[in-house]
Amino acid sequence: MSWLKKFRLGWGIVPIAIFLGIWETVARLNLIPGHFLFPPFSMVVVEFYYLVANGVLGDNFLSSLVRVLIGFSTGSVAGLLVGTVMGWKDVVSKSLSPIVSLIYPIPALGWLPLLMLFIGINEALPITIIFICSFFPILYNTATGIRTVDKNYIQVARTLGASDMKILTTVVMPLALPNIFTGLRLEAGMAWRVIIAAEMVAIPTGIGALMMKAESLMRIDIIIVCLIVLAVMCLSFEKFFAFLEAKLTSQWS
Amino acid sequence: MPSIKLKNISKYVCQNVNLEIFDKELLVLLGPNGAGKSTLLNIIAGLIDYEGSVLFDGDSVDQLPASKRKIGYLFQELTLFPHLDVAANIAYSLKVQKQARSEVQARVEELLQMMKIKHLSSRYPRQLSGGEKQRVALARALALAPNILLLDEPLSSLDVQASKYLRMELRQLHKRLNITTVYVTHDLIEAEEMADRIAVIESGHIEQMGKLEEVFFYPRSEKVSDFIGAPNILDCTYCYSLGRGMVEVGCGGLSIIIPDDGNTVKRIALLPRDIYISETKPPGPDVNRFKGIITDINTTDETVRLKVKAGENNLTAEMPHHIFQDMDLAVGKEIFLILKLRRIRVYDNKEQAKENA
Repeated sequence: MSWLKKFRLGWGIVPIAIFLGIWETVARLNLIPGHFLFPPFSMVVVEFYYLVANGVLGDNFLSSLVRVLIGFSTGSVAGLLVGTVMGWKDVVSKSLSPIVSLIYPIPALGWLPLLMLFIGINEALPITIIFICSFFPILYNTATGIRTVDKNYIQVARTLGASDMKILTTVVMPLALPNIFTGLRLEAGMAWRVIIAAEMVAIPTGIGALMMKAESLMRIDIIIVCLIVLAVMCLSFEKFFAFLEAKLTSQWS
Repeated sequence: MPSIKLKNISKYVCQNVNLEIFDKELLVLLGPNGAGKSTLLNIIAGLIDYEGSVLFDGDSVDQLPASKRKIGYLFQELTLFPHLDVAANIAYSLKVQKQARSEVQARVEELLQMMKIKHLSSRYPRQLSGGEKQRVALARALALAPNILLLDEPLSSLDVQASKYLRMELRQLHKRLNITTVYVTHDLIEAEEMADRIAVIESGHIEQMGKLEEVFFYPRSEKVSDFIGAPNILDCTYCYSLGRGMVEVGCGGLSIIIPDDGNTVKRIALLPRDIYISETKPPGPDVNRFKGIITDINTTDETVRLKVKAGENNLTAEMPHHIFQDMDLAVGKEIFLILKLRRIRVYDNKEQAKENA
């Protein structure tokens, strides 16, 4: 890597370093009213170390991660399947579209009171919320992606002897990938935002619950640790799908 | 290769169309946009429902889906699969037919060489030029050795030079493969260069069908004449060979020199756009330059059309507005006509030529 490239890569860290420097200075010099609640960045790092060392952060993070992974993967797969059928078959689209259009705009957390009564407060609750949060947007993006594939490609494939199933799997699905990945990328981050909110309101374990406990103890340093974990996870999930999308489509899209 | 027959086909603008395409011939469907040319291709390919019947070699294929009609179809929009590289695009039909890997590779290799695109095999469509895309699309359409080739304005997106070159190649390819081909275009020059026969289609009706010169010299209706450029058709009263590859023909008091192709010339056609007008005597030898008198001036949105009396002929000449405005032309004015030698179309009497021989 040339020195110029290294310099450009390192340049991105500068704003973060400046931000952390200002944060540390402002907190240390008590420049914010109510300063006793606002810890410097170094204290947050120390608290992060303690939370990792005593296993509190690890346990809660794992609880959230498992919920996100189960809810997101089942919701995505279901959304992909139903979205594919809806995008491919007009009759299915026409039958399901009114229901989807009605339910899709409801925020995932809007389901929480209803699901608390139906499912109760247990592990299934956050997983179901994440499922709903992932299912509809991914369904919508998949169906749109498949529906908007240029019909000429389908006609060409037909004249080249391909069956409907072959056309779907070898032409339509690959060409719908950019749309599908848009849904996956956005919802991967959204799943973390929603799980935190669900855990804050209704679940006693997980990063969201840890934040609520920290709030009751006025431990801003712990809250900030949780927020940083949340930011990193949102970003990582989104970046993972962006990477996957680039890997699969960058050569041709 | 099969002959194709369309019997009482109705779909969209096309109503009760009957059309026969002979075995191994290249038929050009010539007509303006919206005339129903692509609709007929899609019907032959089985891509859309229709009323009537399509027969390949006398057998109805109405119940056969597109995937079973053994047709190579080159679409106007150059629809190469963007997610597949050139080799994979060409191999697509072979793979979906589950041919052995070695066979697929061999056939792809053969087509890459035939279309002279071997160096492009690992490129993606977005990395190709218009002409290269066209070659790949053609190779892909030919991969399964189809019985019929349908070409829907395949050169419309190319520049003039590339289009001319590919036309020549397509013609050679057709001769080599001997494949029944239907070529759709709205371009008369393309039609002239490609066709064994031409079918002029307008508003879903086949207005006229036949060899190029039949259509050109004996347009059956004003619509056909208009579409092919409303040529001036002149009967020739004599035809003398001048040697050096030239003949002189007499048409209504005008002696016109044209290239000699060894046959007796019966009629000639001059497109209005191929007749130049000059206010002064043009320089150069006094060949294919005639005095005339303007009898009428007709202005359309696109051009200005002049009726000119030259000898006993009433010729129509055409010029762009800006040139007309630069000249001082009026009805009754004497002007000079210049005929472009290479643009004069000739109707031969081949039978008579044979007799003379």
